[in-house]
Amino acid sequence: MTPAQISQYAFYFFAALAVVGAIGTVTVRNVVHSAIFLITSLLATAGIFLTLGAQFVFAVQIVLYVGGIMVLFIFVIMLVNLDVALHQMQFKRRWWVAGLLALALGGQFGAVIYYSRAGGVLEIPAARTGALSPQNVQQFGLALFEKYALPFEIASVLLLVALIGAVVMTKKRV
Amino acid sequence: MSALLEFLKTYMWPLIFAVVIVAVLPLLAGYVVLMERKIMADMQARLGPMRVGPHGLLQPIADALKLLIKEDIIPENADKVVFWFAPVISVTAAMLAYSALAIGPFFQIAELNIGLLFIVAVSSMGIFGIILGGWASNSHYSLLGALRSTAQMISYETAAGLALVGGVLLAGSLSTREIVQAQHGGTWYVFVAPIGFFLYLVASIAETNRAPFDLPEAESELVAGYMTEYSGFRWAVYFLAEYANMIVVASIATTLFLGGWLRPFQGTPWMDFLDFFPPLCFLAVAGYCFYRTPKQPEPIQSMVMALFGGLCLLLAAAMALPFVPAFAASKPGLHGAFWFLLKVSLYIYSFMWIRFTFPRFRFDQLMKLGWYFMIPLSIVNVLGLGVYRVLRQLQWSRWPAFVLTTGGTLLVAIWLVWNAQKKAAAPSSVGDMTEAEG
Repeated sequence: MTPAQISQYAFYFFAALAVVGAIGTVTVRNVVHSAIFLITSLLATAGIFLTLGAQFVFAVQIVLYVGGIMVLFIFVIMLVNLDVALHQMQFKRRWWVAGLLALALGGQFGAVIYYSRAGGVLEIPAARTGALSPQNVQQFGLALFEKYALPFEIASVLLLVALIGAVVMTKKRV
Repeated sequence: MSALLEFLKTYMWPLIFAVVIVAVLPLLAGYVVLMERKIMADMQARLGPMRVGPHGLLQPIADALKLLIKEDIIPENADKVVFWFAPVISVTAAMLAYSALAIGPFFQIAELNIGLLFIVAVSSMGIFGIILGGWASNSHYSLLGALRSTAQMISYETAAGLALVGGVLLAGSLSTREIVQAQHGGTWYVFVAPIGFFLYLVASIAETNRAPFDLPEAESELVAGYMTEYSGFRWAVYFLAEYANMIVVASIATTLFLGGWLRPFQGTPWMDFLDFFPPLCFLAVAGYCFYRTPKQPEPIQSMVMALFGGLCLLLAAAMALPFVPAFAASKPGLHGAFWFLLKVSLYIYSFMWIRFTFPRFRFDQLMKLGWYFMIPLSIVNVLGLGVYRVLRQLQWSRWPAFVLTTGGTLLVAIWLVWNAQKKAAAPSSVGDMTEAEG
């Protein structure tokens, strides 16, 4: 097996895992199990980043989404009375809205796949093969702070506003 | 078939190293437990385990055997699947972290460009083992322990991460190998960023849930915290994860702050006699073992003691191997691993020392320390080290830059402590910290 082949098999494995995890997240009734499926899906997505050679994004995906956000999710779930929640109706079933959205999304994916076949309008870049780029973090930093400096700063200001907002809203009157 | 051979040829060394890590780590964790019991006994003027093997040297093996054959109890209303795999998550996360650690310049499973970030990411997943295990047990003590543990880990992970950022800033790389090489010939980063090292030391104790931060397992309040309902081998797996995590954080600190596999005084020629330290160290231990051999009460214990002496002799011979000219090339690998493991052991020793010295924190004290002291100080520390880096690039010499930045960070630390004391003297000025138990 060459590294390229391994990375191909790894992609199919992670992609299947991500889809299974996503399906499990929305179909399972138990909230904690649902969160576990979501974690699986996020980890599989991180694996897909790795097969694309984006090591840094892989690590950040795990640190932020799995190690940070999902831990807080589960933390909050633990504070909810699960036995009561299990017997309540969880969703309003609006099949026609969901069906419409699913159809639109499927149509988009279909269009992308149709137009990106060989000689199509949209061109999918050739899959990466061989060794990973050794300068991954450096490339990422340069792109973020030189090429996309303004969007990056705007996003960070947005996060700062959210942070300060959270502090202001939870602070008691002194 | 040939494809498989090709695969094995490409990945032979990483696979061998991985098998070695998985095989040796449980044994190592067992002996760390034995060392902890012995050191605790010594500090409390007791003898500690003495029965199984000479001086209790076979105690870890006996303990593991006992735990293996214990009855495996699963609580009746537990979530069985989650209960089953929660300890596995913990131990997998801890072991996976070793894949990027460089134990010596030769012994490393994978050299990653994002090494340190990978280790932090993977070991942060171990928390799921704790919280899911606590939840799946369907017990109040377990759930409270899991919640405390999560709150504590989230709080201190921020401080630990920022302390690491400081070190990474100095090295200019995330790869474990390059971080160590950046310290080659220069000063170790513990002497450039002592406050960063201190922050990481405290935060890593909190992250591994050890005293004085062992509130998730506070036995006087919560029986045993998240592992109350666990017994037998599953409990042992949790225990293994905890000690494996200790070795991971010690390895990170060694890599980033203590010069990794580098010998002390690498750049000073007249200190080169330290090269003889590894074999002499093992030789001394072997000599002590042989000295104690005839004094054992039972003949079988004498035999085991002699066996341990022989093992140490073998290790001494291995460490002396690089002095034979034909095998001189093996020196960096062998001695690098020795120095790395020695530093890791010293770091873990300081963990134990702290555990036996300080009383346990109260939960609100723990949260206050984390959020009001550690995190602000670690942010200031990152800023200070950034300034240090810029000053060095502006051709400042080492001492003025060091005194300026570290002194500034220290002043902020003093201000934080002073502020906290003022607040404590005048209560009700700020709302109480809400406890995480909710």
